[in-house]
Amino acid sequence: MAAKSIISRPVYGTLSPQPGKHHLFIADAEGALAITDMAGKAPPGFFDGAEIVFIPGPGGKHIAALEALKSAQLHIAPSFASLLPRLKQTLTNAHMGLRIYLAGTEGLIGQAMQAALEAGIDHVSMQTEQRGSLARRMQCVHCKGITENVTTQPALCAHCGLLLLVRDHYSRRLAAFQGVCINAEDRSEIPPMEEIFP
Amino acid sequence: MGITFRKETFRDDYTFRNSPEYIRRFPFPFNEDSYMYAVNIEPHVVGPKGSVLENLIDVDEHYVAEMEDRALVLAEDPLRCQSLPHMTLAGWDLLELLMEQQALGYPEHFTLERSGDRWRWINRPLGIDDTFTFGDTSTLPYGPMEYITRQSQGDFCILDQRDGNLWMDAGMVTTQADWSLDFDIGMNFFEWHAPVPLAHEKGIFTRALKFLTNIQQGKPARRLNWTMTINPRLDTSPENYHKWGPDRATVTPENVGQKVHLRVELQSFWRLPRSNGIVFPIRCYLIKMDELVTQPKWARRLHRVIRDLPEELATYKGLTRYRPTLVEWLSKLDDGSPTSPGFGPD
Amino acid sequence: MSTGTTKLDVVVSDVVPVNDLVTRFHFRRRDGELLPTFSGGAHVVVEMRDGDRTRLNPYSLMGSPLDTREYTISIRRDDVGRGGSLFMHRQVKPGLEMVISYPVNLFSLDLRAKKHLMLAGGIGITPFMAQTSQLAGAGGNFELHYTCRTAALGTYADVLRERYGNRVRLYHDDREERIDIERLLSSQPLGTHLYVCGPAGMINWVRERAASLGWPSETVHFEHFAAPQPGAPFDVTLAVSGKTIRVGEQQSLLEAIEAAGVDPPYLCRGGVCGQCETNVISSDGKFIHNDHWLSEEDHRSGCKIMPCVSRFEGKSLVLER
Repeated sequence: MAAKSIISRPVYGTLSPQPGKHHLFIADAEGALAITDMAGKAPPGFFDGAEIVFIPGPGGKHIAALEALKSAQLHIAPSFASLLPRLKQTLTNAHMGLRIYLAGTEGLIGQAMQAALEAGIDHVSMQTEQRGSLARRMQCVHCKGITENVTTQPALCAHCGLLLLVRDHYSRRLAAFQGVCINAEDRSEIPPMEEIFP
Repeated sequence: MGITFRKETFRDDYTFRNSPEYIRRFPFPFNEDSYMYAVNIEPHVVGPKGSVLENLIDVDEHYVAEMEDRALVLAEDPLRCQSLPHMTLAGWDLLELLMEQQALGYPEHFTLERSGDRWRWINRPLGIDDTFTFGDTSTLPYGPMEYITRQSQGDFCILDQRDGNLWMDAGMVTTQADWSLDFDIGMNFFEWHAPVPLAHEKGIFTRALKFLTNIQQGKPARRLNWTMTINPRLDTSPENYHKWGPDRATVTPENVGQKVHLRVELQSFWRLPRSNGIVFPIRCYLIKMDELVTQPKWARRLHRVIRDLPEELATYKGLTRYRPTLVEWLSKLDDGSPTSPGFGPD
Repeated sequence: MSTGTTKLDVVVSDVVPVNDLVTRFHFRRRDGELLPTFSGGAHVVVEMRDGDRTRLNPYSLMGSPLDTREYTISIRRDDVGRGGSLFMHRQVKPGLEMVISYPVNLFSLDLRAKKHLMLAGGIGITPFMAQTSQLAGAGGNFELHYTCRTAALGTYADVLRERYGNRVRLYHDDREERIDIERLLSSQPLGTHLYVCGPAGMINWVRERAASLGWPSETVHFEHFAAPQPGAPFDVTLAVSGKTIRVGEQQSLLEAIEAAGVDPPYLCRGGVCGQCETNVISSDGKFIHNDHWLSEEDHRSGCKIMPCVSRFEGKSLVLER
């Protein structure tokens, strides 16, 4: 569970069934369990109007549990990038009343939310639940490059090579945490890297 | 008559200086010998002649040089000026506000002629004479916010008011004290202030937000903020932190007077009529220690404020590395005698 | 410190009866200058000096924000209210000098919306007049559904049809025409915002239907036209200013406080914006809360009151004013 620190650091909740007939779930890895846990609280017929998009990751766990929900659609994708064109199409054609539920790693939640924000959905309207790895997406404030799967503090920018402090300051728009050069004032200071976002 | 604009730089050779009459004009931000956050907002009304409040939008001797520095920053990094798609109307509101205020306060330098929606804007110091259709972006070389803020001192954030909150959805930010528009654009009032230590616990932002969302047309408000900068560098952005950050380690007892600058932000808040948004100008003033201490009261007061500043604030404002050197230097000018109440020099 | 608005000196330039119930009023600035521009959905607060009584009522600006030579408002006559609309209908004539506030907007468009869906009931059409003008001027995407009792009482319906063609749908109660709310709210593209202004019953019905159909509350915007209701007179002690006042039958508590020379902040005059929230120091009696600002708990606690719309019955009431 992601710890609360500064106010711009997103706080995720627990998925709960919303009123309406159409529901879109996007999840990766352990996020599937957030959906199955929520299913216990959902009214009968809830999943008749639901589409689930799932990135299982290596090992293919949890697919069977999601199949058991018998939702209107279940799509398994190998990665977020591969599901994005289909997601954009769904959002373009969707009507008001579609509710969105995002579950799993912060990176998945953030990127799926980005697509939804661009389609005109307010972030407050979406349900989110963080499960599984706390690895972060990080934007280097200097070169603007985004580095995926950051698990250490500090971390190297995968684009320009600067050593960055991984801040808790988070941008929804970029779906990334801010990375700022940690040793700009004195380049000889090289703090040791620790694995702190498992 | 008008203002004599200085030729000076805010980078590389740093030739920025305040002319003698501008030293006493400086908006010294401390009215007592210690500092803590407060919701120090007051009505933004015209103040005494010869002060930075003599006009609600202040143009001073650094105008031309600041605009040249802004143009350089934008050429290097266009992401310093962004406007989310729904904010264009607010950009026109801001264009009207700044043109009216600058023409009103400085008629020798700026002229605005309006005939229906056909406007002519003359900016003599920058050699601009443009005729355009108000509301039609295709008749200007840039979007309205970028167009006018390339001709106005200070940073500008335009906030959209929705759901009882303020959202930073547009801005021109090239003279900031260490925050990134590209990162923060789209955040709400609490989110973009998240990194500020201590203030959240004190409920300062909740009260401030309540006040700001109720600001009405014709009744702007203002407050002062401050920090310190090494060298008169306007562009102290996180993007360029690796360029200016190292300067903090170059302060010595011999160069404090030349290098260490007090940086004051005069922030104001205006309701925008057509978009119902709020514009938040952040007008930046710099003064080096040698200039500041020509006013003995300010020297004594600044010494006490910096010496006693809580650790978290000093860290957040980036003073830690050179604070001891600065305090030591200022202490020589502080004989312990009382300082008069109020901000002004004696 | 409180905020509040600046005042404008205006003169009534025209009074036009629109139908049996509604009259339109035009204002120009006394000094001949243009009035301040505004955003669609804004209202002005009109000061009505009726002998020794002053009432203040908010009215939505109807005209286009693009043309501020004059402001226009439309007022529906209410024969059983506290008399504000009757004063306007009967006593305000062209040439009369009046004072109004600068525009205040508590019902603004969300300009991020990909589409604006507007539902108006009766005199609730007025803010949409200004909003549609604003959006039409900028090529915005909107659709207006307007319910009225009869065609004759469909204030400005023909003007709207003429301007906007089939972006406007009309529903007449006397012809049993009803908005098919299920179909309407199920067929809007993602990114639509919904705006409703009309009688309280209509607003509540639309909000409830929208919620059940999955519309997030952030996408549903509404404005009540709640005028303070008359009621039995009652006495109040203003502890801070040391005055005792009597709130008349046809007078709101806020107006009575203002008549005593005390000026609490206000913006909406209708119990929604929270500006006039007043602390109760002590009370012996029953509160009649008519606002939409305080929580249920605040209402029950008897520690706060919204003087613009709420009243009191009982032996004593002491307020922190």
